[in-house]
Amino acid sequence: MRSGGMNFSQSFRLAIKSLTTSKMRALLTMLGIIIGVGAVIVILSLGNGLTGMVQQQVDKLGINMIQAQFFGGTADMLPDPEDMYDMVEANADILTGVSPYLGVNAVVRHGSDKFDRTSLYGVSEIMYNAATGYTIDGEQLAKGRFISYMDVERRENICVIGAYLEEEAFGGDALGKQLSINGRPLTVVGVLKRNAELEMLPGSQDDQIYIPYTTALEIMGSRWVNLYIFTSTSGETADAGKRIIEAYLNDFFRTDDGMWNYFYITTMAEQANQINAMMGVAMGVLVAIAAISLLVGGIGIMNIMLVSVTERTREIGVRKSLGAKRKDIRSQFVIEAGTTSAIGGILGIGFGWMLAKGIGALLGGMLSESMGGGVFDATPTFGAIMLSFGVSVGIGVLFGYLPANKAAKLNPIDALRYD
Amino acid sequence: MEHLIELKDVYKIYQMGEETVHALDGVDITIDKGEFVAIVGSSGSGKSTAMNIIGCLDVPTSGTYHLGGVDVSTMDDDQQADIRNKMLGFIFQQYNLIPKLTVQENVELPLLYAGVPTAERRERALRSLKRVGLEGKNKNLPSQLSGGQQQRVSIARALAGDPSVILADEPTGALDSRTGREVLGFLKKLHREGDTVVLITHDNSIAVKADRIIRLQDGRIIYDGDAQDPRAVVQPHDEGAEEEVEV
Repeated sequence: MRSGGMNFSQSFRLAIKSLTTSKMRALLTMLGIIIGVGAVIVILSLGNGLTGMVQQQVDKLGINMIQAQFFGGTADMLPDPEDMYDMVEANADILTGVSPYLGVNAVVRHGSDKFDRTSLYGVSEIMYNAATGYTIDGEQLAKGRFISYMDVERRENICVIGAYLEEEAFGGDALGKQLSINGRPLTVVGVLKRNAELEMLPGSQDDQIYIPYTTALEIMGSRWVNLYIFTSTSGETADAGKRIIEAYLNDFFRTDDGMWNYFYITTMAEQANQINAMMGVAMGVLVAIAAISLLVGGIGIMNIMLVSVTERTREIGVRKSLGAKRKDIRSQFVIEAGTTSAIGGILGIGFGWMLAKGIGALLGGMLSESMGGGVFDATPTFGAIMLSFGVSVGIGVLFGYLPANKAAKLNPIDALRYD
Repeated sequence: MEHLIELKDVYKIYQMGEETVHALDGVDITIDKGEFVAIVGSSGSGKSTAMNIIGCLDVPTSGTYHLGGVDVSTMDDDQQADIRNKMLGFIFQQYNLIPKLTVQENVELPLLYAGVPTAERRERALRSLKRVGLEGKNKNLPSQLSGGQQQRVSIARALAGDPSVILADEPTGALDSRTGREVLGFLKKLHREGDTVVLITHDNSIAVKADRIIRLQDGRIIYDGDAQDPRAVVQPHDEGAEEEVEV
């Protein structure tokens, strides 16, 4: 059989030649594809950056984290922290720890300075694992000690603070000094390590305080702990841990389906999946919008290919007179259209990549703060690049087919006589 | 013996609106291997239609055409393309070289469509260029050559596929008389080397360079014979005849 190889390489070189001889026309032809592919790359890159941030957050907090939240007012009977400790102990093969995790709304002051954006949590000593050196939510100690069992028992007025607060309120030396929460003086016994990748900003992950949950309950004037953080042995056992807690709580509330009514349990993996699913939908919608531009780009290529077929009618006649079959002519023009849009695709990928980097640099800090940490890296994945490239070649082939077929069907006599 | 080209009772009828045009009106032509034939006639005589049919660019309305013993009169597009590729070499008035391809790439085209492997294609194209005396110009673009050189490239291209018939359609039409003579010299040389050459022209002074003249008028053959016979260049009903020769 005939060898298609040289025909391909010649068609390819012809396409490159005609692109380079009329650069303005080539650029205008490819513009739709460049913009379309660029937009797709920007969207996919930013999406990739956000997914990466969520993943970092999950990694940092631990994929083995389970949150249990109770609904209902103070009048209702809620489980005691002791009950929770017992449950974890009874299921030590799956659950490895639990701590109350009370979000406290209170005014934090140091001298005349007021810290509005500081996060305040009431926790137990179980929050900190001395063996690994990490808290359940992924913090490390820089100085001093963490909250102890006795602190919780005695409702001690002590606290462990974040690096931001130490720097801002105490000028880098906080141990043994005091700050006030709702007017109640607390002594700093420990300082957390700075989250290196973050800027030290108010409201950031370094701007937080841990106090004994018993002390927190007193400050809030409440009796019940309505939020717990559990840890399981690994990410894989998180679901099993969730089922154990659910069974226990159903039993406690004397119900069959307390989930959503009395309590709500969610694993870190579930939360990450939810966020990713939502982002996936949003990205899908945006990519669909960008695809309209690709369609317009495809029509642009079809248009210029129709012009090119007309301009080169005589060439088509000559090739046919020398023995080119319909499929030879057709593949020549399809390859030319494919090459044009492939180059447009490559330019679009480069353009989109740079734009994504630029946007990433502009928004990265802001995003990182609002997400509570993490690095925003707006780089397209290899898959996204290959997909965009493939789509742009596909568009060229698809929209080049009609003009190519027109060329293939030309009558050689008329084509040879064409001026 | 079998003829190389054999047209039997060939009609080509066009419908131009209300009017029916008989471009070929019952034509019989036989050409044997190694002949040098000129098909002559003024415009509208049917010589272009004859050339299209002989060149397998068109099919007759009725009648048969055997080329190399094969009936090509009912072939479809792609089958004709294959026959053109293997059996015919075209030389056109406007050279019809592809401007963006180098001289060598132009000459390689028929071999490309024949599926000849790269190395052999290159070698045969260079050999063909050598035959027309342009072996040093293979890397040039057509636009860097003179008209005469471009026509020689197109001759090299026609020769590259080793065709059975070389069809030259007004090959000197775009050249000055000196270069035109040179190109005709080439065709004569090819003929001497054994090639079959069919020349299509309106110009008697060129037609007489062939061995045999077939004169067409209004779609019919009015003379078929020796080019040196005085009757070969007579055009009885043509008012615009360049030269009238008494019988």
